[in-house]
Amino acid sequence: MIEASVIPVSIILGMAVLTYVTKAGGLWVLEQVELSDRAKSGLEALPGGIIIAILAPELLQGGPPEWAAAAVVLVVVRRTDSILLSLGTGIFTVLVLRRAVVIL
Amino acid sequence: MTEYGNKTGREDDDHSSPELTFSLTGLYQGYLQCVPIALGVAGYGILFGVLARQAGLTPFEATLMSATVLAGAAQLIAVELWSSPVPAVAILLTTFIVNLRYVLMGAALRPWFSKLTPLQAYGSIFFTADENWALTIKELRDGNQQGAFLLGSGLAIWSFWVVATIVGSTAGGVIDDPSVYGLDFVLTAVFLTLVVGFWEGTETALSWSFAAGTAILGFMWLPGRWYILIGGLTASLIKVMRYD
Repeated sequence: MIEASVIPVSIILGMAVLTYVTKAGGLWVLEQVELSDRAKSGLEALPGGIIIAILAPELLQGGPPEWAAAAVVLVVVRRTDSILLSLGTGIFTVLVLRRAVVIL
Repeated sequence: MTEYGNKTGREDDDHSSPELTFSLTGLYQGYLQCVPIALGVAGYGILFGVLARQAGLTPFEATLMSATVLAGAAQLIAVELWSSPVPAVAILLTTFIVNLRYVLMGAALRPWFSKLTPLQAYGSIFFTADENWALTIKELRDGNQQGAFLLGSGLAIWSFWVVATIVGSTAGGVIDDPSVYGLDFVLTAVFLTLVVGFWEGTETALSWSFAAGTAILGFMWLPGRWYILIGGLTASLIKVMRYD
């Protein structure tokens, strides 16, 4: 059942180590330095910036169905604060609109 | 800035927000809140399993990769590069570069993780994936004091990702085109849902516009995931430049 050979497994474990280094690295580096208030304010802006950077190209690649569904997700999450509900309505919207685009 | 509180100048005390607890309660909370997101991630896990098998990885190897690497984008690119003989250097280098964004993500966790023990902090951080990282940061900023939230939400991602990989690499062939089920939109929707919590008014509009602009440019002109790093750093730099 389990077939494993040395080279693929070594590469996979190498990937695991490198990935862990990146995940732990930022935390570790910041423990070695004392940050100024100015630098801390920059650190605070990172998460929003990273998420926007993930989103922007994805949305740009989409079309009207994705854009409309994105708007629906934003409205639903602001109104209900529920991840499940906003994901559900967003997926539903994108599927319905894509179907509609195909039919039209 | 308020999250970081007053400064006393002492090293361990420079963030005086309430203490974090690291408990099973936080672990469960993180896990449960992340399940809807993990379901979306599972769709990609199945796709990854299918692609891994097509690339010649055994189910054991594909599952080992999901369990130990736990980085969706890097794994998908690795199986894309996977051929015989396996280009080890290219795969390892790409993995590292694609994952450099985690350096920034880990850095952003520091205000809270500096209050955990090294074992708690460096153990939890293994379970960082884009989705549960964003969820965790949002929770912590909203005042959640569960230090085990990242671990719990990460275990949700991890368990769904690993099981989906097993399914995809053994039974796979079911989801060849994720767009049929709207799966390709799930992760976009996840990030849209989470980004709302980071909005802080007009100041945010400025840094996010620049972040989006530079990310799009980076996406068009640079390989891999550099655009995520660039966008994040841009937002950060603008905040630093406008700090007073």
